[in-house]
Amino acid sequence: MLTILFDGVAYGMLLFVLACGLSVTLGLMNLINLAHGAFAMAGGYVTVVLVNRMGVPFLAALPLAFLVMAALGALLERTLYVHVYAKSHLDQVLFTIGLVFMSVAAVDYVMGSSQQFVKIPQMLQGQVDLFGTGVGKYRLLIIVVCGLLTVALQLALTKTRFGSRLRAAVDDQRVARGLGINVNAVFAVTFAFGSGLAGLGGALGAEILGLDPIFPLKYMIYFLIVVTVGGTSSITGPFLASILLGIGDVAGKYYAPKLGAFAIYTIMIVVLIWRPQGLFARPTTR
Amino acid sequence: MSGNAIRTVLAALAIGAFSAGGAFAQDTVKIGFILPMTGQQQSTGKQISAAVRLFMQQNGDMVAGKKIEVIIKDDGAVPDNSKRLAQELIVNDKVSFLAGFGVTPAALAVAPLATEAKIPQVVTAAGTSIITERSPYIVRTSFTLAQSCVIIADWAAKNGIKKVVSMVSDFAPGVDAEVSFKEQFTKAGGQVVESIRFPLANPDFAPFLQRASDAKPDAIFVFVPSGQGAAFVKQFIERGLDKTGIKIIGPGDVSDDDQVNGMGDQVIGTVTAHFYSAAHPSPMNKAWVEAFKKANNGLRPNFMAVGGYDGMYLIYEALKKTGGKTDGDSLIAAMKGMKWESPRGPISIDPETRDIIQNIYIRKIEKVGGELYNVEFATFEAVKDPVKAAKK
Amino acid sequence: MEIAFWLIAAATIYFLPGRHLILTEIAILALFALSLDLILGYAGIISLGHAAFFGFGGYAAGLLAKHALVTEPVLALVLSGLAAAALGFVTSFLVLRGSDLTRLMVTLGVALVLREIANRYSELTGGADGLQGITMAPLLGIFRFDLFGHTAYIYSLIVLFVLFVIARRVVHSPFGLSLRSIKGNPLRAAAIGIPVDRRLITIYTVAAFYAGVAGALLTQTTAFASLDVFSFDRSADLLLVLIIGGTGYLYGGLVGAVAFKLMQDWLAHLTPQYWQFWLGLVLVAIVLIGRERMGRWVSPLRILGERLSERIARLFGAASGTEGR
Repeated sequence: MLTILFDGVAYGMLLFVLACGLSVTLGLMNLINLAHGAFAMAGGYVTVVLVNRMGVPFLAALPLAFLVMAALGALLERTLYVHVYAKSHLDQVLFTIGLVFMSVAAVDYVMGSSQQFVKIPQMLQGQVDLFGTGVGKYRLLIIVVCGLLTVALQLALTKTRFGSRLRAAVDDQRVARGLGINVNAVFAVTFAFGSGLAGLGGALGAEILGLDPIFPLKYMIYFLIVVTVGGTSSITGPFLASILLGIGDVAGKYYAPKLGAFAIYTIMIVVLIWRPQGLFARPTTR
Repeated sequence: MSGNAIRTVLAALAIGAFSAGGAFAQDTVKIGFILPMTGQQQSTGKQISAAVRLFMQQNGDMVAGKKIEVIIKDDGAVPDNSKRLAQELIVNDKVSFLAGFGVTPAALAVAPLATEAKIPQVVTAAGTSIITERSPYIVRTSFTLAQSCVIIADWAAKNGIKKVVSMVSDFAPGVDAEVSFKEQFTKAGGQVVESIRFPLANPDFAPFLQRASDAKPDAIFVFVPSGQGAAFVKQFIERGLDKTGIKIIGPGDVSDDDQVNGMGDQVIGTVTAHFYSAAHPSPMNKAWVEAFKKANNGLRPNFMAVGGYDGMYLIYEALKKTGGKTDGDSLIAAMKGMKWESPRGPISIDPETRDIIQNIYIRKIEKVGGELYNVEFATFEAVKDPVKAAKK
Repeated sequence: MEIAFWLIAAATIYFLPGRHLILTEIAILALFALSLDLILGYAGIISLGHAAFFGFGGYAAGLLAKHALVTEPVLALVLSGLAAAALGFVTSFLVLRGSDLTRLMVTLGVALVLREIANRYSELTGGADGLQGITMAPLLGIFRFDLFGHTAYIYSLIVLFVLFVIARRVVHSPFGLSLRSIKGNPLRAAAIGIPVDRRLITIYTVAAFYAGVAGALLTQTTAFASLDVFSFDRSADLLLVLIIGGTGYLYGGLVGAVAFKLMQDWLAHLTPQYWQFWLGLVLVAIVLIGRERMGRWVSPLRILGERLSERIARLFGAASGTEGR
């Protein structure tokens, strides 16, 4: 029972790191970025190249994956995404799905169709005894890293000046601009950061979720579920939503294997019927 | 709104683009391969198309005075697509052979077409037993899961494994595997304490593995489609299940050559039963694996590739035997009973069932020359499909 | 202009006999897109799970045929459509509230849950292997479904045309106009006395009927139904088709279906493994270049097209005068 809880929390936290960038860009820039999964996948592949081919130690590769994806995100934001901010949601969907198709095929071409594995260091393999139950070391790492990230994000959002500018821009962009906040710069930095987080999530998740060229298509649904259930106006919303979904998915599969993926979708529908704006959203003007 | 204009343009384009049909020479024989080149099973499509290319590179494109043309179509492993593509290949491209079929539903969907059009359907990938019964024009060069499962069940019972939890993907081949293993294993004196079926498109094996290990079996019998084996094994190891003495057994899909080298050293010692290993110690296989790796950037061929390669061999030989005649009935008659040496070992086509008869090997994962391979240590010769054999 | 379109469509029956298979797929996709346009273009409900009704109708038709409950295909088609409509009615309450994103996810959730249910009850549905063993009785007792897909195509095209005409009637009626006002501003619409919820439920049910008919057509013309009819890919592709063609003028779905399917087929022909890359590039380009600019490029052709239609209309008599745009 405890193992299920533990696994669910680990899975949930991984989902959170992967999805929170999406949540923030949606809430902040009103941009539906279905290509978010592609950033995660790219982060995973970057890690594979760094660790397997260039011999960089795994723990060092993680921040590198973050930085590479953040840089790529910033680049794409300034060159491509900036053109679609003003377009309708439908056009954004078309645009980002197009990007996903391109990235899937490109990765297939460059890296091949088979699943890739990251060589994780010996000390992260196997289990460790905690509170009387065996606990996977790698999953423990995920919980620790993601937990720290969440705390850091929450602190950054509430205690720093950048954080308050971000929150202002999310609440009401026009007024924020009127106050002299450089909203475009906030956009760029946030997008880059969100992409970096996705990359980090992809790097961490490669071991658990499997890394292959169709990763973005497989997992997009899960990210969208997290964002919808959690709402887009805070960090805690998606965080709690991810944990809920993670535990729900794992427990559902354990206790009723035939129903498998059922659980996660049903939870989502139930939550959305009860709270259409997501679990923790403040009523927004949109 | 510019809709009007777009409409006209597109309609015009539609007519224009398709008028250029073009007639083809009478002495070209076309083979239509329907493979999953995109989507979850894309590694299967990639392996088979690489094998087909290699075959033509090595054997040329002329047989019995006819030129061979291979057309590859992507069905994404969606049976609706497979059916439509097959129809187009038959009607528009006038193929003389349909081949490939990465998943059972694709093969089953196309079967009625093969019967109606009297065209041989060479199944080079899918593994469920009933496929060959769906049409008298279906011939298989891949495998049936039961072939491997029955053998591993016997081996397990004889080697001290008494309690087993079966874990399979919830689709036809998975069910075939579970059922054939259970029957044989119970007959041999063992006990399958629980049968878990998990969804085909499954990201996380963790909860299912947890449930299996809670039953404290001697071994877990597992079947997952080509491409998912690594994820399963990794999670098995991650939960420390390898340290509890629980063994992994099953058909070789879980230690697929395509992936086994990336699994890490903890998988060494895993025993599986299968019809092909890249480490098969015949000179023909060694040469074949070398050639394949060279042509494909170091990619190691797996059991899907050998199925495709042998499918091409069968087609070429059948044409040679009929002297170039391309009507379905003569070709099928020519294919029945054909025997030859494949990179996997000696194989033949059963004249009664049109299914493949081949050796099944028991192998263990070992490190050879710095890489992980499935090393064979026992051979069972000329294994027929047990499911159909039992029906007689 | 419209006449030209349908004449060309009818002409393809005679001039492109080798292409009937893919044309049938296009016709079915067009009908499916039309059904989405009814709720998205006219009522403003964004749905990523429209495949739920497509699949439900598809399996209904499949089961009716397989167990020989209703052997006449046209009757079975209507019944399957009604079954899907019932499902639409029941789930319509879920889309009444919430933002765009909520509706997106709830509808997606419904489709995925249905897929899981179909997978769970594999004894009934065939599970991941699909519904096997469907044999279609001849249409109206006379026209056999042949290997070349001729019957299937003419059948699909006629169904598409009939349902299209009905849809046209609906959207130009007062009911249809009230939908557009709801899309524009639901609060204001409610304020002038339009029963917003009831209208939305009605159009959602009608759209579900159309989608169910499209799904049933697919099952009947291919004699096969698999879990894929409920998949996320199908709903996503549908949304792409409609966005490419344009929403809110009924022809968008048809145009988009033709464009998308042709493009996909052509690209897959060129490169079976990497066609997705080029398709993605085209999609990105469409958005970046923008529809207005593309419209301007083809305006000389448009003018030509319109002049041609007027000539044809005059040839056929007076009534068509009111049809031209």
